[in-house]
Amino acid sequence: MITFMNNSDSEEEPCNERTSLMSAESPPVPSYQDGLQASEAGEAQAHRKRRTGSSRSPNNIADGDTSDSGVPVRESVLENEEEELTLKYGAKHVIMLFVPVTLCMIVVVATIKSVRFYTEKNGQLIYTPFSEDTPSVGQRLLNSVLNTIIMISVIVVMTVFLVLLYKYRCYKFIHGWLILSSLMLLFLFTYIYLGEVLKTYNVAMDYPTLFLVIWNFGAVGMICIHWKGPLQLQQAYLIMISALMALVFIKYLPEWSAWVILGAISIYDLMAVLCPKGPLRMLVETAQERNEPIFPALIYSSAMMWTVGMAKPDTASRGPSQQTWDAAEDGRENHRSPLHADSQMSETRSPVPTRPTTSFEELEEEERGVKLGLGDFIFYSVLVGKAAATASGDWNTTLACFVAILIGLCLTLLLLAVFKKALPALPISITFGLVFYFSTDNLVRPFMDTLAFHQLYI
Amino acid sequence: PALGLFLFTIAHDPLRIIVLIAGAFFWLASLLLSSLIWFITVKASNPQDEPLQKGLLIFGVMFSVLLQEAFRFLYYKLLRKAIEGLVALSEDGCSPISIQQMAYVAGVGFGLMSGAFSMINLLADALGPGTVGIHGDSQLYFLTSAFMTMVLIFLHTFWGILFFHGCEHRCWWEITAVIVMHLAVSGSTFCNPLYMGSLVPSYLLMATAATWAYLLSGGSAQNLRRFLLCKS
Repeated sequence: MITFMNNSDSEEEPCNERTSLMSAESPPVPSYQDGLQASEAGEAQAHRKRRTGSSRSPNNIADGDTSDSGVPVRESVLENEEEELTLKYGAKHVIMLFVPVTLCMIVVVATIKSVRFYTEKNGQLIYTPFSEDTPSVGQRLLNSVLNTIIMISVIVVMTVFLVLLYKYRCYKFIHGWLILSSLMLLFLFTYIYLGEVLKTYNVAMDYPTLFLVIWNFGAVGMICIHWKGPLQLQQAYLIMISALMALVFIKYLPEWSAWVILGAISIYDLMAVLCPKGPLRMLVETAQERNEPIFPALIYSSAMMWTVGMAKPDTASRGPSQQTWDAAEDGRENHRSPLHADSQMSETRSPVPTRPTTSFEELEEEERGVKLGLGDFIFYSVLVGKAAATASGDWNTTLACFVAILIGLCLTLLLLAVFKKALPALPISITFGLVFYFSTDNLVRPFMDTLAFHQLYI
Repeated sequence: PALGLFLFTIAHDPLRIIVLIAGAFFWLASLLLSSLIWFITVKASNPQDEPLQKGLLIFGVMFSVLLQEAFRFLYYKLLRKAIEGLVALSEDGCSPISIQQMAYVAGVGFGLMSGAFSMINLLADALGPGTVGIHGDSQLYFLTSAFMTMVLIFLHTFWGILFFHGCEHRCWWEITAVIVMHLAVSGSTFCNPLYMGSLVPSYLLMATAATWAYLLSGGSAQNLRRFLLCKS
């Protein structure tokens, strides 16, 4: 236990940093954005929730993000084509984000429901030192608030640290950190997870087989995430990592602290991304100034991405060189990753981002996707997992939270369409999720139970 | 069957999925409000009084039905505005999804959510030890629940179509018919466990609603015959 906690402690640090990086996705280039604003204005008023509007923004933002160096003419030409394509892609992008979020939640809920390990309370992380086993309600509340404050301050410190590192171009350091944390996540957590699952289903497995399986899983994961790999494999790895991280959170965060932390993090996300002095915003602006993509921390991309290296020299496969990022770690702490659609990402391996200008031409044919920070995945899954673990109304509550989060995601994407800049993905979804969780658990459950008892249908 | 409907008709088109999830959300919101009302009334009343509790439950159910229909109406309004937006955004001046399709998807969304909420705890308990209904309740509990849920999901789908059609063409009697039907179905479940009283009328109503919706959507006996005989 202790070693585990220590490990997770050290892991949290990279996560913090990483996620903070993540969230800072570069907003669309101003020039491009201006051009888009005019065209968007017409659409904006026609928007309703979860409509194609959302589709527009990702596309637009994707275009905008690519590079502002240079090709304004080409940009305007592409712009028109882009708009026509946005409608087609819009809803598709929302779905492209729905599917992985749903998958992640399903994995987490399935694990929670079946493997008892993750619902046993076996200690707490060092970041939440106050215990919740206190006799009085007030004391418990106080403890959870203190836990939250500590956790949030840790995250803020990490984020600021990361921004400073980025500002002073310590790319190697950041890379090394990312690699280290993803290494730990892929190997250690997977080992523990597999161990628990095997225990639950009473399947015997010898150590050599286990070693082989985990080694393969981890090695492929590292390659996929940090280098090149097929898009779907990368996405699958990111989802698995997010799920693992969410499970860790669910296990080690005490109850009330978890809810307060969820609420506080969405507020922090909101502030960090939107306030002018917020660390994430500064990160985004710095990256924009340097005209390089935001450091590839954990971000889930729903479409293929270019790697700068590839775009430059030649051919570069238009296609699927994705990079998976070290999602888990980063995602964990920070996920305040604003949603942002950006089709360009730089290689993690090559720290110095090269101008992505050449890839710009190829952008028009590439399918743009929306990017969502892994931290968002993790916190959504934490919410749903907690609902599954602790709600006495069981599946109804879980289902309600699930739908609420998806709707929140839709709304956020819609806002992305309207505002066309990096937005925090957490607040709306988490708010909906929390509201629905508490209300379903306390209000709907007795109602449905009584109805089911009498077999009445509404 | 409802899941089959989903897979074959909705899953491939992302816009429909969004409409579906939104429909489910609206149903959920209506459920939330109605349970809030019920909860308040229960808390405010005497918990020992059995007939009163039953009466409150009935009131809760009816109120919930009305709220569901109200939310369906709100959803219709939202979808209308969305269609206008979609038309404005699309390049060739016509919306990629018609209001009828939306009506269908919205109905399925409502139905799926309602079915899920009714069934899922039951299913989860069914996986466990077989202790449901051990106190002398009807042996047909699971079976009837399954059928009832299915009929309700289908009914929601058809009501969605009818309701939206009524709103489109301003046929108030269609809307009232939907509401009355919904109330009737819910009311018939009060006869449970006398299953004759609830399942049979529900199925009859569903058949009626199905034919009505089919006719409204432009089908006819000829179309049906052609489809069944696999003519082009």
